[in-house]
Amino acid sequence: MTTHTVRGSSAIVGVGTTPGWNSPGFSALDQLGIAVRAAADDAGIEVDDIDGLFTATLSQFMPALSVAEYLGIHPKYMDGTNIGGSSFLAHLLSATVALNAGLCKVACICYGSNQLSAGGKLATLTEPSLWELPYKPRNPITGYALATARHMHQYGTTREDLANVAVSARRWAQLNPEAYERAPLTVENVLESRMVSDPLSVLDCCLVTDGGGALILVKADAAKDYPQKPAYVLGVGMETTHRQVSQMADMTVSGAKVSGQRAYAMAQVSPQDIDVLQLYDAFTINTILFLEDLGFCLKGEGGAFVSSGAIAPGGTLPVNTNGGGLSCNHPGMYGVFALIEAVRQIRGNCGDRQVAGVDLALAHGNGGQLASEVTAILGSEATL
Amino acid sequence: MKKIKERQTSASSDAVAPESYFRQQLAEDKFVIQRCERTGRAVFYPRAISPFGGGALHWERASGRGEIYSVSVVRRRPERGGDYNVVLVDLEEGARLMSTVVDVDSADVHIGMAVQARIEHPEGCDSRLVFVPATQANQIKGESA
Repeated sequence: MTTHTVRGSSAIVGVGTTPGWNSPGFSALDQLGIAVRAAADDAGIEVDDIDGLFTATLSQFMPALSVAEYLGIHPKYMDGTNIGGSSFLAHLLSATVALNAGLCKVACICYGSNQLSAGGKLATLTEPSLWELPYKPRNPITGYALATARHMHQYGTTREDLANVAVSARRWAQLNPEAYERAPLTVENVLESRMVSDPLSVLDCCLVTDGGGALILVKADAAKDYPQKPAYVLGVGMETTHRQVSQMADMTVSGAKVSGQRAYAMAQVSPQDIDVLQLYDAFTINTILFLEDLGFCLKGEGGAFVSSGAIAPGGTLPVNTNGGGLSCNHPGMYGVFALIEAVRQIRGNCGDRQVAGVDLALAHGNGGQLASEVTAILGSEATL
Repeated sequence: MKKIKERQTSASSDAVAPESYFRQQLAEDKFVIQRCERTGRAVFYPRAISPFGGGALHWERASGRGEIYSVSVVRRRPERGGDYNVVLVDLEEGARLMSTVVDVDSADVHIGMAVQARIEHPEGCDSRLVFVPATQANQIKGESA
Protein backbone atom coordinates (compact mmCIF):
# COMPACT_ATOMS: atom_id res chain seq x y z
CA MET A 1 0.00 0.00 0.00
CA THR A 2 1.37 3.41 -0.88
CA THR A 3 1.42 6.04 1.82
CA HIS A 4 -1.30 8.62 1.42
CA THR A 5 0.07 12.14 1.03
CA VAL A 6 -2.18 13.38 3.84
CA ARG A 7 -0.99 10.82 6.41
CA GLY A 8 1.11 12.52 9.07
CA SER A 9 1.45 15.75 7.09
CA SER A 10 -0.18 18.03 9.67
CA ALA A 11 -0.26 18.23 13.45
CA ILE A 12 -2.49 19.72 16.12
CA VAL A 13 -0.28 21.94 18.27
CA GLY A 14 -2.90 23.83 20.26
CA VAL A 15 -6.26 23.04 21.82
CA GLY A 16 -8.56 25.15 23.96
CA THR A 17 -12.05 25.33 25.35
CA THR A 18 -14.16 27.71 27.37
CA PRO A 19 -13.42 27.26 31.10
CA GLY A 20 -16.96 25.97 31.73
CA TRP A 21 -20.22 24.97 30.09
CA ASN A 22 -22.72 27.55 31.38
CA SER A 23 -21.89 31.17 30.58
CA PRO A 24 -25.01 33.36 30.66
CA GLY A 25 -24.69 36.53 28.63
CA PHE A 26 -21.81 35.27 26.52
CA SER A 27 -22.81 34.97 22.86
CA ALA A 28 -21.92 32.00 20.65
CA LEU A 29 -19.07 34.06 19.16
CA ASP A 30 -17.85 35.15 22.62
CA GLN A 31 -17.57 31.49 23.61
CA LEU A 32 -15.86 30.62 20.33
CA GLY A 33 -13.45 33.53 20.85
CA ILE A 34 -12.57 32.45 24.40
CA ALA A 35 -11.77 28.95 23.07
CA VAL A 36 -9.63 30.36 20.24
CA ARG A 37 -7.72 32.51 22.74
CA ALA A 38 -7.12 29.41 24.91
CA ALA A 39 -5.96 27.33 21.92
CA ALA A 40 -3.63 30.11 20.76
CA ASP A 41 -2.14 30.35 24.28
CA ASP A 42 -1.71 26.58 24.30
CA ALA A 43 0.14 26.75 20.96
CA GLY A 44 2.17 29.77 22.04
CA ILE A 45 0.87 31.99 19.24
CA GLU A 46 -1.20 35.15 18.91
CA VAL A 47 -4.72 35.04 17.49
CA ASP A 48 -3.61 37.18 14.55
CA ASP A 49 -1.04 34.53 13.60
CA ILE A 50 -4.02 32.48 12.36
CA ASP A 51 -4.17 32.69 8.56
CA GLY A 52 -6.46 29.72 7.84
CA LEU A 53 -9.96 29.62 9.34
CA PHE A 54 -12.23 26.57 9.49
CA THR A 55 -15.48 26.98 11.36
CA ALA A 56 -19.19 26.19 11.53
CA THR A 57 -21.82 27.31 14.01
CA LEU A 58 -25.55 26.81 14.50
CA SER A 59 -26.12 30.54 14.81
CA GLN A 60 -24.19 32.15 11.93
CA PHE A 61 -25.44 31.86 8.36
CA MET A 62 -21.96 32.75 7.04
CA PRO A 63 -19.86 31.43 9.91
CA ALA A 64 -16.39 32.03 8.46
CA LEU A 65 -17.20 35.70 7.87
CA SER A 66 -18.72 36.25 11.31
CA VAL A 67 -15.84 34.48 13.05
CA ALA A 68 -13.11 36.25 11.04
CA GLU A 69 -14.72 39.60 11.83
CA TYR A 70 -15.09 38.77 15.52
CA LEU A 71 -11.46 37.62 15.78
CA GLY A 72 -10.27 40.57 13.70
CA ILE A 73 -8.37 38.37 11.28
CA HIS A 74 -8.15 38.29 7.48
CA PRO A 75 -7.49 34.62 6.71
CA LYS A 76 -5.80 33.70 3.43
CA TYR A 77 -8.02 30.63 3.32
CA MET A 78 -11.38 29.95 4.94
CA ASP A 79 -13.89 27.12 4.97
CA GLY A 80 -17.27 27.46 6.63
CA THR A 81 -18.66 24.12 5.53
CA ASN A 82 -21.43 22.96 7.85
CA ILE A 83 -22.23 19.24 7.74
CA GLY A 84 -23.47 19.24 11.34
CA GLY A 85 -21.57 18.25 14.45
CA SER A 86 -19.01 16.34 12.41
CA SER A 87 -17.95 19.52 10.57
CA PHE A 88 -14.85 20.07 12.69
CA LEU A 89 -13.46 16.62 11.93
CA ALA A 90 -14.04 17.27 8.23
CA HIS A 91 -12.30 20.64 8.65
CA LEU A 92 -9.27 18.68 9.82
CA LEU A 93 -8.96 17.26 6.31
CA SER A 94 -9.56 20.53 4.44
CA ALA A 95 -7.15 22.35 6.78
CA THR A 96 -4.48 19.70 6.20
CA VAL A 97 -4.92 19.97 2.44
CA ALA A 98 -4.75 23.78 2.62
CA LEU A 99 -1.58 23.65 4.76
CA ASN A 100 0.03 21.17 2.37
CA ALA A 101 -0.84 23.36 -0.61
CA GLY A 102 0.78 26.35 1.08
CA LEU A 103 -2.53 28.24 1.17
CA CYS A 104 -2.04 28.98 4.89
CA LYS A 105 0.49 28.27 7.63
CA VAL A 106 -1.51 28.37 10.88
CA ALA A 107 -4.98 26.88 10.67
CA CYS A 108 -7.64 27.28 13.34
CA ILE A 109 -10.69 25.00 13.63
CA CYS A 110 -13.22 26.50 16.02
CA TYR A 111 -16.77 26.41 17.36
CA GLY A 112 -18.88 28.14 20.00
CA SER A 113 -22.46 28.11 21.23
CA ASN A 114 -24.67 29.58 23.93
CA GLN A 115 -27.26 26.84 23.56
CA LEU A 116 -27.87 26.46 27.30
CA SER A 117 -27.88 30.05 28.44
CA ALA A 118 -29.85 31.16 25.36
CA GLY A 119 -32.80 29.26 26.82
CA GLY A 120 -32.12 25.56 26.52
CA LYS A 121 -33.62 25.38 23.06
CA LEU A 122 -31.54 24.03 20.24
CA ALA A 123 -30.88 27.43 18.67
CA THR A 124 -30.31 26.61 15.03
CA LEU A 125 -30.69 28.08 11.58
CA THR A 126 -31.61 24.72 10.10
CA GLU A 127 -34.44 24.53 7.57
CA PRO A 128 -37.48 22.31 8.27
CA SER A 129 -37.43 18.91 6.57
CA LEU A 130 -40.11 19.43 3.96
CA TRP A 131 -41.25 15.81 3.71
CA GLU A 132 -41.09 15.06 7.44
CA LEU A 133 -42.47 18.22 9.03
CA PRO A 134 -46.20 17.31 8.65
CA TYR A 135 -45.67 14.34 11.01
CA LYS A 136 -44.10 16.41 13.80
CA PRO A 137 -40.98 14.39 14.61
CA ARG A 138 -39.33 15.89 17.71
CA ASN A 139 -36.00 16.70 16.13
CA PRO A 140 -33.36 15.56 16.48
CA ILE A 141 -34.38 12.89 19.00
CA THR A 142 -37.11 11.19 16.97
CA GLY A 143 -34.69 10.43 14.12
CA TYR A 144 -32.34 8.69 16.54
CA ALA A 145 -35.30 6.98 18.23
CA LEU A 146 -36.35 5.48 14.89
CA ALA A 147 -32.81 4.13 14.41
CA THR A 148 -32.80 2.77 17.97
CA ALA A 149 -36.16 1.02 17.56
CA ARG A 150 -34.89 -0.64 14.40
CA HIS A 151 -31.64 -1.76 16.07
CA MET A 152 -33.63 -3.24 18.97
CA HIS A 153 -35.94 -5.02 16.52
CA GLN A 154 -33.18 -6.52 14.39
CA TYR A 155 -30.58 -7.31 17.03
CA GLY A 156 -32.36 -7.54 20.37
CA THR A 157 -30.59 -4.50 21.76
CA THR A 158 -32.27 -3.48 25.02
CA ARG A 159 -32.95 -0.26 26.88
CA GLU A 160 -30.55 -1.60 29.53
CA ASP A 161 -27.82 -1.73 26.89
CA LEU A 162 -28.54 1.88 25.98
CA ALA A 163 -28.54 2.84 29.66
CA ASN A 164 -25.11 1.26 30.04
CA VAL A 165 -23.78 3.70 27.44
CA ALA A 166 -24.96 6.62 29.58
CA VAL A 167 -23.65 5.04 32.79
CA SER A 168 -20.21 4.33 31.25
CA ALA A 169 -19.97 7.93 30.05
CA ARG A 170 -20.92 9.21 33.50
CA ARG A 171 -18.28 7.07 35.17
CA TRP A 172 -15.64 8.63 32.92
CA ALA A 173 -17.05 12.09 33.64
CA GLN A 174 -16.58 11.44 37.35
CA LEU A 175 -12.83 11.26 36.61
CA ASN A 176 -12.92 14.58 34.71
CA PRO A 177 -13.13 17.75 36.81
CA GLU A 178 -14.16 19.68 33.66
CA ALA A 179 -17.27 17.53 33.04
CA TYR A 180 -20.64 19.24 33.48
CA GLU A 181 -22.54 16.25 34.96
CA ARG A 182 -20.63 14.18 37.51
CA ALA A 183 -23.37 12.94 39.85
CA PRO A 184 -23.67 9.16 40.26
CA LEU A 185 -25.88 7.54 37.63
CA THR A 186 -27.32 4.01 37.52
CA VAL A 187 -28.98 1.94 34.82
CA GLU A 188 -32.20 2.20 36.85
CA ASN A 189 -31.97 6.02 36.81
CA VAL A 190 -31.84 5.96 33.01
CA LEU A 191 -34.65 3.42 32.65
CA GLU A 192 -36.88 5.40 35.00
CA SER A 193 -36.22 8.79 33.41
CA ARG A 194 -38.95 10.52 31.42
CA MET A 195 -39.62 9.00 28.01
CA VAL A 196 -39.33 11.59 25.21
CA SER A 197 -39.57 9.68 21.93
CA ASP A 198 -39.72 5.89 22.37
CA PRO A 199 -37.42 4.12 23.03
CA LEU A 200 -35.24 7.09 24.08
CA SER A 201 -35.73 8.75 27.44
CA VAL A 202 -34.30 12.03 28.64
CA LEU A 203 -31.16 10.35 30.04
CA ASP A 204 -30.50 8.72 26.66
CA CYS A 205 -29.97 12.25 25.33
CA CYS A 206 -26.84 14.38 25.37
CA LEU A 207 -26.53 17.40 27.61
CA VAL A 208 -27.54 20.89 26.57
CA THR A 209 -24.68 23.21 27.53
CA ASP A 210 -22.81 26.30 26.46
CA GLY A 211 -19.23 26.19 25.35
CA GLY A 212 -16.56 26.64 22.74
CA GLY A 213 -13.66 24.60 21.46
CA ALA A 214 -10.72 25.33 19.14
CA LEU A 215 -7.70 23.63 17.61
CA ILE A 216 -4.52 25.04 16.07
CA LEU A 217 -3.11 23.01 13.19
CA VAL A 218 0.23 23.42 11.36
CA LYS A 219 2.27 21.39 8.87
CA ALA A 220 4.00 18.43 10.50
CA ASP A 221 7.48 19.71 9.69
CA ALA A 222 6.75 22.88 11.69
CA ALA A 223 5.12 21.12 14.64
CA LYS A 224 8.24 20.93 16.77
CA ASP A 225 8.54 24.73 16.77
CA TYR A 226 5.54 24.77 19.12
CA PRO A 227 5.68 24.03 22.85
CA GLN A 228 3.15 21.17 23.10
CA LYS A 229 3.58 17.53 22.14
CA PRO A 230 2.06 17.36 18.63
CA ALA A 231 -0.87 15.13 17.71
CA TYR A 232 -0.39 14.18 14.07
CA VAL A 233 -3.30 13.79 11.65
CA LEU A 234 -2.95 10.28 10.24
CA GLY A 235 -6.27 9.78 8.53
CA VAL A 236 -9.66 11.39 8.02
CA GLY A 237 -12.62 9.79 6.25
CA MET A 238 -16.11 11.13 5.66
CA GLU A 239 -19.41 9.81 4.40
CA THR A 240 -22.94 11.13 4.00
CA THR A 241 -25.98 8.90 3.70
CA HIS A 242 -28.90 11.38 3.73
CA ARG A 243 -30.17 14.75 4.95
CA GLN A 244 -33.68 13.76 6.05
CA VAL A 245 -33.62 10.67 8.23
CA SER A 246 -36.46 9.11 6.22
CA GLN A 247 -33.94 8.81 3.36
CA MET A 248 -31.47 6.68 5.38
CA ALA A 249 -31.34 3.31 3.64
CA ASP A 250 -30.44 1.06 6.59
CA MET A 251 -30.93 2.69 9.96
CA THR A 252 -28.85 0.03 11.71
CA VAL A 253 -25.69 0.83 9.73
CA SER A 254 -24.41 4.38 9.84
CA GLY A 255 -22.06 6.13 7.44
CA ALA A 256 -19.37 5.48 10.06
CA LYS A 257 -18.74 2.14 8.39
CA VAL A 258 -17.50 3.86 5.22
CA SER A 259 -15.93 6.91 6.93
CA GLY A 260 -14.03 4.52 9.20
CA GLN A 261 -12.78 2.41 6.30
CA ARG A 262 -11.56 5.57 4.57
CA ALA A 263 -9.81 6.84 7.71
CA TYR A 264 -8.19 3.47 8.50
CA ALA A 265 -6.94 3.16 4.90
CA MET A 266 -5.41 6.65 4.97
CA ALA A 267 -3.87 6.14 8.41
CA GLN A 268 -2.80 2.56 7.56
CA VAL A 269 -4.04 1.25 10.89
CA SER A 270 -6.74 -1.20 12.02
CA PRO A 271 -9.33 -0.96 14.81
CA GLN A 272 -7.21 -3.21 17.05
CA ASP A 273 -4.35 -0.67 16.88
CA ILE A 274 -6.45 2.15 18.42
CA ASP A 275 -5.72 3.01 22.07
CA VAL A 276 -8.65 5.31 22.85
CA LEU A 277 -11.92 6.31 21.15
CA GLN A 278 -13.88 9.55 21.28
CA LEU A 279 -17.30 8.91 19.68
CA TYR A 280 -19.91 11.61 19.19
CA ASP A 281 -22.63 10.37 21.58
CA ALA A 282 -25.56 12.68 20.90
CA PHE A 283 -27.81 9.81 21.98
CA THR A 284 -26.98 6.47 23.58
CA ILE A 285 -27.60 4.57 20.33
CA ASN A 286 -24.75 6.50 18.67
CA THR A 287 -22.04 4.84 20.74
CA ILE A 288 -23.43 1.38 19.97
CA LEU A 289 -23.73 2.06 16.23
CA PHE A 290 -20.26 3.57 15.97
CA LEU A 291 -18.56 0.78 17.95
CA GLU A 292 -20.08 -1.67 15.47
CA ASP A 293 -19.57 0.36 12.32
CA LEU A 294 -15.97 1.30 13.18
CA GLY A 295 -15.07 -2.35 13.72
CA PHE A 296 -14.78 -2.65 17.52
CA CYS A 297 -17.48 -5.34 17.72
CA LEU A 298 -19.69 -7.17 15.25
CA LYS A 299 -22.89 -5.63 13.89
CA GLY A 300 -25.68 -6.24 16.37
CA GLU A 301 -23.33 -6.96 19.27
CA GLY A 302 -22.78 -3.35 20.36
CA GLY A 303 -25.40 -3.52 23.08
CA ALA A 304 -23.95 -6.63 24.73
CA PHE A 305 -20.44 -5.21 24.32
CA VAL A 306 -21.36 -2.05 26.20
CA SER A 307 -23.31 -3.94 28.87
CA SER A 308 -20.22 -6.07 29.56
CA GLY A 309 -18.57 -2.94 30.97
CA ALA A 310 -16.04 -2.83 28.12
CA ILE A 311 -16.17 0.93 27.54
CA ALA A 312 -16.38 2.11 31.17
CA PRO A 313 -13.30 3.03 33.22
CA GLY A 314 -11.42 -0.21 33.90
CA GLY A 315 -12.89 -1.86 30.79
CA THR A 316 -11.06 -3.23 27.78
CA LEU A 317 -11.73 -0.31 25.42
CA PRO A 318 -11.60 3.30 26.70
CA VAL A 319 -14.43 5.26 25.03
CA ASN A 320 -15.36 8.92 25.63
CA THR A 321 -12.86 9.44 28.41
CA ASN A 322 -14.00 13.03 29.04
CA GLY A 323 -17.59 11.86 29.66
CA GLY A 324 -18.70 12.60 26.08
CA GLY A 325 -21.70 14.58 24.99
CA LEU A 326 -23.79 12.61 27.46
CA SER A 327 -21.93 13.81 30.56
CA CYS A 328 -19.07 16.24 29.76
CA ASN A 329 -20.57 18.95 27.54
CA HIS A 330 -22.75 19.35 24.46
CA PRO A 331 -23.15 22.89 23.16
CA GLY A 332 -25.24 22.05 20.08
CA MET A 333 -22.41 20.51 18.05
CA TYR A 334 -19.85 18.31 19.80
CA GLY A 335 -17.35 17.19 17.15
CA VAL A 336 -14.58 19.62 18.08
CA PHE A 337 -14.63 18.37 21.68
CA ALA A 338 -14.14 14.73 20.59
CA LEU A 339 -11.01 15.90 18.75
CA ILE A 340 -9.75 17.93 21.70
CA GLU A 341 -10.04 14.96 24.07
CA ALA A 342 -8.22 12.75 21.54
CA VAL A 343 -5.35 15.27 21.44
CA ARG A 344 -5.21 15.50 25.23
CA GLN A 345 -5.06 11.70 25.56
CA ILE A 346 -2.13 11.58 23.11
CA ARG A 347 -0.38 14.34 25.07
CA GLY A 348 -0.86 12.24 28.19
CA ASN A 349 -2.01 15.01 30.50
CA CYS A 350 -5.57 13.90 31.28
CA GLY A 351 -5.05 13.32 35.01
CA ASP A 352 -7.27 10.65 36.60
CA ARG A 353 -8.89 9.74 33.30
CA GLN A 354 -5.64 9.37 31.38
CA VAL A 355 -5.34 6.10 29.49
CA ALA A 356 -1.81 4.70 29.77
CA GLY A 357 0.42 4.84 26.70
CA VAL A 358 -1.88 6.41 24.10
CA ASP A 359 -0.21 6.60 20.68
CA LEU A 360 -3.30 6.24 18.46
CA ALA A 361 -6.61 7.96 19.15
CA LEU A 362 -9.76 7.79 17.07
CA ALA A 363 -12.27 10.64 17.12
CA HIS A 364 -15.59 10.21 15.37
CA GLY A 365 -18.07 12.96 14.56
CA ASN A 366 -21.71 12.68 13.64
CA GLY A 367 -23.85 15.33 11.96
CA GLY A 368 -27.56 15.83 11.38
CA GLN A 369 -29.57 12.75 12.30
CA LEU A 370 -26.86 10.14 11.58
CA ALA A 371 -26.53 12.00 8.27
CA SER A 372 -22.82 12.79 8.07
CA GLU A 373 -20.10 10.73 9.66
CA VAL A 374 -16.45 11.74 9.86
CA THR A 375 -13.70 9.61 11.40
CA ALA A 376 -10.30 11.04 12.30
CA ILE A 377 -7.26 9.11 13.47
CA LEU A 378 -4.57 11.02 15.34
CA GLY A 379 -1.21 9.73 16.43
CA SER A 380 1.85 10.57 18.49
CA GLU A 381 5.26 11.02 16.85
CA ALA A 382 5.88 7.30 17.36
CA THR A 383 3.15 6.50 14.80
CA LEU A 384 4.67 8.49 11.93
CA MET B 1 -49.73 26.60 -14.09
CA LYS B 2 -49.26 30.32 -13.99
CA LYS B 3 -47.50 31.62 -17.08
CA ILE B 4 -45.05 34.40 -16.45
CA LYS B 5 -43.13 35.00 -19.65
CA GLU B 6 -42.77 32.63 -22.57
CA ARG B 7 -38.97 32.74 -22.61
CA GLN B 8 -38.65 32.11 -18.87
CA THR B 9 -40.39 28.74 -18.97
CA SER B 10 -39.06 27.67 -22.40
CA ALA B 11 -38.20 23.96 -22.65
CA SER B 12 -40.12 22.84 -19.60
CA SER B 13 -43.13 25.13 -20.09
CA ASP B 14 -45.51 22.20 -20.32
CA ALA B 15 -44.03 20.34 -17.34
CA VAL B 16 -45.44 20.63 -13.83
CA ALA B 17 -42.91 21.06 -11.03
CA PRO B 18 -42.52 17.74 -9.16
CA GLU B 19 -43.61 18.91 -5.72
CA SER B 20 -46.58 20.82 -7.16
CA TYR B 21 -47.73 17.79 -9.13
CA PHE B 22 -47.52 15.53 -6.07
CA ARG B 23 -49.51 17.99 -3.97
CA GLN B 24 -52.11 18.56 -6.72
CA GLN B 25 -52.64 14.82 -7.02
CA LEU B 26 -52.85 14.44 -3.26
CA ALA B 27 -55.47 17.18 -3.12
CA GLU B 28 -57.42 15.13 -5.71
CA ASP B 29 -57.17 12.11 -3.39
CA LYS B 30 -54.48 10.36 -5.44
CA PHE B 31 -51.16 9.15 -4.05
CA VAL B 32 -48.51 9.16 -6.77
CA ILE B 33 -44.81 8.36 -6.67
CA GLN B 34 -42.01 8.53 -9.20
CA ARG B 35 -40.04 5.72 -10.80
CA CYS B 36 -36.54 5.93 -12.24
CA GLU B 37 -36.68 5.04 -15.95
CA ARG B 38 -33.13 3.66 -16.06
CA THR B 39 -33.13 1.51 -12.91
CA GLY B 40 -36.84 0.90 -12.41
CA ARG B 41 -36.51 1.92 -8.77
CA ALA B 42 -39.29 3.81 -6.99
CA VAL B 43 -38.46 7.32 -5.76
CA PHE B 44 -39.89 9.36 -2.93
CA TYR B 45 -39.74 12.40 -2.38
CA PRO B 46 -40.65 14.05 -5.69
CA ARG B 47 -37.65 15.33 -7.68
CA ALA B 48 -36.74 16.67 -11.13
CA ILE B 49 -34.02 14.06 -11.73
CA SER B 50 -33.47 10.53 -10.44
CA PRO B 51 -31.33 10.00 -7.33
CA PHE B 52 -30.20 6.76 -9.01
CA GLY B 53 -27.85 8.22 -11.59
CA GLY B 54 -29.59 11.45 -12.53
CA GLY B 55 -31.85 10.08 -15.26
CA ALA B 56 -35.50 10.66 -16.07
CA LEU B 57 -38.41 9.88 -13.76
CA HIS B 58 -42.03 9.14 -14.52
CA TRP B 59 -45.07 9.29 -12.30
CA GLU B 60 -47.25 6.38 -11.37
CA ARG B 61 -50.11 5.68 -9.03
CA ALA B 62 -48.87 4.17 -5.76
CA SER B 63 -50.56 1.05 -4.41
CA GLY B 64 -50.67 2.65 -0.99
CA ARG B 65 -49.60 -0.65 0.54
CA GLY B 66 -46.63 -0.61 2.87
CA GLU B 67 -44.95 -1.96 5.97
CA ILE B 68 -43.69 -0.17 9.07
CA TYR B 69 -39.86 0.02 8.95
CA SER B 70 -39.57 1.82 12.26
CA VAL B 71 -41.73 3.66 14.76
CA SER B 72 -41.33 6.10 17.63
CA VAL B 73 -44.07 7.35 19.92
CA VAL B 74 -43.48 11.02 20.65
CA ARG B 75 -44.60 11.80 24.18
CA ARG B 76 -46.78 14.89 24.57
CA ARG B 77 -48.83 16.14 27.47
CA PRO B 78 -52.55 15.27 27.22
CA GLU B 79 -53.55 18.94 27.30
CA ARG B 80 -51.43 19.48 24.19
CA GLY B 81 -53.03 16.59 22.34
CA GLY B 82 -51.35 13.56 23.88
CA ASP B 83 -48.85 11.06 22.48
CA TYR B 84 -48.59 10.42 18.73
CA ASN B 85 -46.58 8.11 16.54
CA VAL B 86 -44.03 8.91 13.85
CA VAL B 87 -43.31 6.05 11.47
CA LEU B 88 -41.12 5.20 8.51
CA VAL B 89 -43.09 3.22 5.93
CA ASP B 90 -41.51 1.02 3.28
CA LEU B 91 -43.91 1.21 0.35
CA GLU B 92 -44.61 -1.94 -1.62
CA GLU B 93 -43.03 -0.18 -4.61
CA GLY B 94 -39.74 0.16 -2.70
CA ALA B 95 -39.48 3.79 -1.60
CA ARG B 96 -39.58 4.87 2.04
CA LEU B 97 -41.30 7.85 3.61
CA MET B 98 -42.10 9.36 6.99
CA SER B 99 -45.72 9.36 8.08
CA THR B 100 -48.03 8.50 10.96
CA VAL B 101 -50.51 5.67 11.55
CA VAL B 102 -53.97 6.92 12.48
CA ASP B 103 -57.09 5.21 13.83
CA VAL B 104 -54.98 3.06 16.13
CA ASP B 105 -53.45 3.34 19.59
CA SER B 106 -49.88 4.51 19.03
CA ALA B 107 -48.63 1.84 21.44
CA ASP B 108 -49.97 -0.83 19.04
CA VAL B 109 -47.99 0.40 16.01
CA HIS B 110 -45.07 -1.97 15.49
CA ILE B 111 -42.24 -2.71 13.09
CA GLY B 112 -43.37 -5.05 10.32
CA MET B 113 -47.03 -3.98 10.59
CA ALA B 114 -48.87 -3.90 7.25
CA VAL B 115 -50.38 -0.50 6.55
CA GLN B 116 -52.43 1.20 3.85
CA ALA B 117 -52.24 4.82 2.75
CA ARG B 118 -55.06 7.25 3.40
CA ILE B 119 -55.22 10.87 2.33
CA GLU B 120 -56.54 13.41 4.82
CA HIS B 121 -58.01 16.67 3.59
CA PRO B 122 -58.09 18.88 6.66
CA GLU B 123 -60.02 22.10 6.16
CA GLY B 124 -57.78 25.05 5.44
CA CYS B 125 -54.61 22.91 5.38
CA ASP B 126 -52.67 20.95 2.76
CA SER B 127 -53.82 17.40 2.12
CA ARG B 128 -51.74 14.93 4.11
CA LEU B 129 -50.71 11.34 3.49
CA VAL B 130 -51.20 9.10 6.53
CA PHE B 131 -51.54 5.36 7.01
CA VAL B 132 -54.00 3.01 8.69
CA PRO B 133 -53.50 -0.63 9.67
CA ALA B 134 -54.01 -2.79 6.55
CA THR B 135 -56.74 -4.72 8.36
CA GLN B 136 -58.84 -1.55 8.24
CA ALA B 137 -57.93 -0.84 4.62
CA ASN B 138 -61.31 -1.80 3.19
CA GLN B 139 -62.85 1.09 5.10
CA ILE B 140 -60.57 3.64 3.49
CA LYS B 141 -62.12 6.49 1.67
CA GLY B 142 -60.15 7.36 -1.43
CA GLU B 143 -58.16 4.16 -1.57
CA SER B 144 -56.20 4.06 -4.80
CA ALA B 145 -57.34 1.71 -7.49
